[in-house]
Amino acid sequence: MMSLPEGPNESKLQQISRIRIDDSSRVPVSLWFASSVFWLLMGSVAALISSVKMHNPDFLGNIEWLTFGRIRPVHLDIVFFGWSSMAAVGCLLWLQARLCHVRLPWPLLLSGLAMVWNVGVCVGVMAVLAGHGSSIEYLEFPAYCAPFFAIPALGVLAANVKMYVTKESQHTYVSQWYLLAATVWLPILYVTAMGCTYFGLVQGVSQAITNWWFGHNALGLWVTPIAVATAYYLIPKVTGKPVHSYHLSLLGFWSLAIFYNWAGTHHLTGGPLPAWTITVGVVGSMMMFIPVITVAINHHMTMRGVFHMLKTSPTLRFTVFGSVMYTVASFQGSLEALRSHQEITHFTQYTIGHAHLGLYGFFSMIMFGAMYYIFPRITNNEWSSARLIKVHFWGSSIGVLAYGIGLCWAGWWQGVMMNDPAIPFLDTVAYIRPYLIMRSVSGTGMTIAHIAFAISVWRILSRHHFVMSGPTLFTTTRPAWREFVNEQEKREQAELEAQS
Amino acid sequence: MNRTPFVIFGVFLTIAFSLSGLVLIPNWQFQEHQPVVTAPDGSQYPVPYFGMALQGRDVYVDQGCLYCHTQQVRAKGYGGDIRRNWGNRRTVARDYMYEYPILLGTMRTGPDLANIGARQPSRDWHYLHLYNPQITSAGSVMPRFQYLFRTIKAGELAPSGAIALPPAFLAEGTHIVPTARGEQLVEYLRAQNRTFPLPEAKQ
Repeated sequence: MMSLPEGPNESKLQQISRIRIDDSSRVPVSLWFASSVFWLLMGSVAALISSVKMHNPDFLGNIEWLTFGRIRPVHLDIVFFGWSSMAAVGCLLWLQARLCHVRLPWPLLLSGLAMVWNVGVCVGVMAVLAGHGSSIEYLEFPAYCAPFFAIPALGVLAANVKMYVTKESQHTYVSQWYLLAATVWLPILYVTAMGCTYFGLVQGVSQAITNWWFGHNALGLWVTPIAVATAYYLIPKVTGKPVHSYHLSLLGFWSLAIFYNWAGTHHLTGGPLPAWTITVGVVGSMMMFIPVITVAINHHMTMRGVFHMLKTSPTLRFTVFGSVMYTVASFQGSLEALRSHQEITHFTQYTIGHAHLGLYGFFSMIMFGAMYYIFPRITNNEWSSARLIKVHFWGSSIGVLAYGIGLCWAGWWQGVMMNDPAIPFLDTVAYIRPYLIMRSVSGTGMTIAHIAFAISVWRILSRHHFVMSGPTLFTTTRPAWREFVNEQEKREQAELEAQS
Repeated sequence: MNRTPFVIFGVFLTIAFSLSGLVLIPNWQFQEHQPVVTAPDGSQYPVPYFGMALQGRDVYVDQGCLYCHTQQVRAKGYGGDIRRNWGNRRTVARDYMYEYPILLGTMRTGPDLANIGARQPSRDWHYLHLYNPQITSAGSVMPRFQYLFRTIKAGELAPSGAIALPPAFLAEGTHIVPTARGEQLVEYLRAQNRTFPLPEAKQ
């Protein structure tokens, strides 16, 4: 497989240099990815426990360290720091090396940083379960966890800049800008927010603004650019078509950079803040239509005429699903920021539904697609089973759609009921309870998908089912290696018998 | 042309700009907040938490109450907050000048708690509600916080501090007493009172 050219115009020399680049990222990228998949499973467990607790509060009810107010932030933090960030780092290291045509620098250091990051997530999770969380959303991990994330983030930034500065490719791809920007933004965001929060640099309601300046930007300026960059790379790569418009992609990049980081205060609509701070957030959110539409046009136009490839390519199917969800979730998010919309949905399950359409439907699906593309190239191996990939795709996609649509619907009516004082508050609880049960069901589907994915990743890393006959597509019906050999033997045996 | 410094400087500028605009400028604007004098004897509002209420805030944080309860009242005519009697006025920045950390919250799986101390001043109500929410609010999905209570085997006489549980919720010959953390949490909840009129937010 590795000896096949990627695309029709790749020369032998380019091919060799590509293989050397992929080789250089084998250990660090595998480590960041494998860790992220481990945290994906842990995050799913925490998610299911908190989801069941929401409709059956007595489930594991007397265990203090598993109380809803601790396991729910643990879910969020595992998913953000463990799964999303680690997957994003793996993706950006591999992608930047590829786009710059240079080998990944300091592979040993970057692998070590992955372990530091893992220790940070472990320590943080234990601290929150033990009751040392801060109750500041996205920043629950105590201050002593900060170096475990800040130092690796700076290391990744250094590696990224080094690759970009020493790049040997003649072109600059828009993906590279997104990757570079994301690694500049993350350390600034994290260190500033932790500093302001834990060392008392801001007082009163400014703490809440800092909280959401970080919480919203952590998604918008860290994981979003990396997923957009990945889609910008993978869609043309798999389909063999160039990106539709370079100028449009530049407009998309700079409008995201300028507007996204003002949008965070829409999380505080109606709160005890000066009206102008909220207005700024609403304007920022509305302006997000520009980068979202440009990316949507670019991705859609690149896909035009090759939609049939969604039938066969797992990478493309996950990535395009994620890309479509980027448009959907971003449109929803922009409208959601409007005051008249927030009046109803602000404090309800609607927000939770939206968050999952974004971070899961868009970001995680693109990361899945990227891993299906990258793992075979860095491990020199193939995915063992098309069936496991199918289980993963359908479990994830149906799961997240049911989750997102169900909770947004329920959240909307929950908000309408809550704004009507004639309806007793407990009726709003009774109303959403069936939808919360449905959430546990769709969450179970997503967890099954994650287990299927983890099995695939385990197999490709442990070189179980070593197969060299070609890439694993949705249409691949490859018998298990052992059976395949047996059948071959049987057939030869039968031929021999027929001859005699 | 090498655009690297330009890109890095550009993306740095965007974030520095929003940090100053959203965090630093409002923070500087709020520096001028002063408490208001509420009575001729010079007592003031707001006051910082002290004593058991201050300790109770740590319990509120470590139990993650914020993930289901807000502490903010929206303005009259915006949502049903005032009409639901969650407050007699909207809450404003000055209400939170001493809050560290601030616990505004973003979710109302349960009702708003900005004025729960004014709404439910009774300790007994809070103890029953925390021990088993079904006693006071049947159908609630709030977890029971029974680890904030101790069970005491006792004779006929209830030990001091035993909570007044309905017989159906109490095993024969036992009494339930809040732990220190339970008491602190209830004092914190009872201190949630943002009903004083402020010049910028009248009733």
